[in-house]
Amino acid sequence: MAKLDEADFYKIQVQKQPAVGTSSRKMQDDLTQQSIKSNLGNFILEKFFLICGMLSIFVLLLILYFLLKNSWPALQEVRISEFIFGQRWMPSSPNPGFGALPLILGSIIITVGALLMAVPWSLAAAVYLGEAAPRLIREILKPVIEVLEIFPSVVLGFIALVVVGPFIARVFNLSSGLIGLTGAIVLAIMALPTIISISEDALNSVPKDYKEAAIALGATNWETARYVSIPAASSGIVAAVMLGFGRVVGETMAVLMAAGNALDMPLKEILNIPVPTLMQSMRTLTATIAIEASDVPWGSTHYHALFVIGVVLFVITFLVNLVSDIMLSRFQEVNRND
Amino acid sequence: MTEMERNLRNKKIAEKVYFSMCGLFMILTIAVLFWILYDVASKGYSTINWTFLTDRPREQMTAGGIWPAIVGTFYVASLTIIISVPVGITSAIYLNEYASKGTLVRVIRLSIRNLSGVPSIVYGLFGLGLFAATLGLGTSLISAALTLSIMSLPWVITASEEALKAVPQSFREGGLALGATKWQMIRQLVLPNAISGMATGSILALARATGETAPIILTGAAFFLPALPTSLSDRFMAMPYHLYILATQHMSPAQVRPIAYATALVLIAMVMGLNMVAIIWRYQIRKKQTW
Repeated sequence: MAKLDEADFYKIQVQKQPAVGTSSRKMQDDLTQQSIKSNLGNFILEKFFLICGMLSIFVLLLILYFLLKNSWPALQEVRISEFIFGQRWMPSSPNPGFGALPLILGSIIITVGALLMAVPWSLAAAVYLGEAAPRLIREILKPVIEVLEIFPSVVLGFIALVVVGPFIARVFNLSSGLIGLTGAIVLAIMALPTIISISEDALNSVPKDYKEAAIALGATNWETARYVSIPAASSGIVAAVMLGFGRVVGETMAVLMAAGNALDMPLKEILNIPVPTLMQSMRTLTATIAIEASDVPWGSTHYHALFVIGVVLFVITFLVNLVSDIMLSRFQEVNRND
Repeated sequence: MTEMERNLRNKKIAEKVYFSMCGLFMILTIAVLFWILYDVASKGYSTINWTFLTDRPREQMTAGGIWPAIVGTFYVASLTIIISVPVGITSAIYLNEYASKGTLVRVIRLSIRNLSGVPSIVYGLFGLGLFAATLGLGTSLISAALTLSIMSLPWVITASEEALKAVPQSFREGGLALGATKWQMIRQLVLPNAISGMATGSILALARATGETAPIILTGAAFFLPALPTSLSDRFMAMPYHLYILATQHMSPAQVRPIAYATALVLIAMVMGLNMVAIIWRYQIRKKQTW
């Protein structure tokens, strides 16, 4: 419907009177027509917006479909068991090897190492921010943590390369400091903002009544945090840790620049038992894609093998996100302040 | 002193100790951030001058500047925003204005959150396979921009939805009560009041896209190009990739270290600058809002 001007207003006035003669009937038809047109327009617009809204589902499915489709030729040529348990990753040599075990172990070891550092660190910081910090300090610190979150990962990788690596080499007396530990340290720093801000949100959304009740019973602020707030926020905190895990597993540039990228098995024999170690150069799944995908011949088995790695990463992060999402929405449901 | 008083005092001391420990970790977090900023700034600023910003790399990148990388990053980031912002905003309009609560909306939101969790290198691989190889766009500016815009879509949608949510419900009700159709109401009442919020969200997305490296390595960033890209199918140099090359792929890494530091400083300045613009703008909008 167009803007109402005087003429339209007159039409409406006329319409209200009992229809006498042809002219007023014509006006009525006009109005009906106009209304149908604007209804049709709105209908089309609504469908247009619906399609745009559903684009995210479509894109997600497209990514999954495309990764699966492109990894299929490699899975036909290389058995999955070789892919998972094979220890030789040499996809471009004349006698190719597609064993991704060193890469898988590299990813696991670095991720676990990073989380072992990041989780206690960021939970302590979140407890301070959520339970102890004065309002003003919280208002200042939250944007600062946001800044850390958007920090370009390539810059952190660069810092790891030129500052952290040499430092680690000096401390442990190694020839090169580009080892799993360096990668884990940088990834821990990258996971901090994610875990801190989400678990702080969880602590903040614990109903006030709980805390007030604890304090009324004579608990100190620390006891309230320790025995009331943290247990009540636990599912939100677990979700925060999982999202941090997702971020660490998928991080590429920093770990590519920091961890050294050797293709050996990241294991050390202690008393003839191979034990995972952070103290040697290793390569992750993400770094492998970044190193090899830019100059691999399109359509080769090697190319498709990289898509298999892509599927693995996609599925891991998808599951992590799904589970943490379910946990967060349950948590919000339980703790609705009302 | 009675037993109870002593007990209470001990508890107070324990509280102080525990909270100070937690506070130390918070200080450590901030210290890491500022230490990185200080390290890059102190070692990078002496190399930065007008020639560094406006010249191309010379003598195997050991001299000259980073102009092609700045331009390349500017091109790819702007293209990304041009593609992803309209799509993201329409998607947000559907979610906030048209959709009614139900399974469909839940699935859409779940997809958005999952998209924002997909590793950037997987987006790169997807872009390489779809845009560069299958659609025949090759490794180019447009492939990289399309890949980055899919990647930034969830950020834009989330930010735009926040902006739409900030418009009071009474605006919508008032518009509808005056006889406006739904679209008239959205176009003339909701969007004008949400547009600056959407713009700040888009600037934040732009800041993140500027710093992304992994996807563009696979889809179009070039090691070294003397000329600026002239068409969408050209490859381009980009700041983050340039930094990566200077740091790891160069044959004499020690010699180019000052240039690498300066590149890192310019990159941080670009990302932080955009971020600051968005934060300040957001603050100004909130101050102006009277509802």
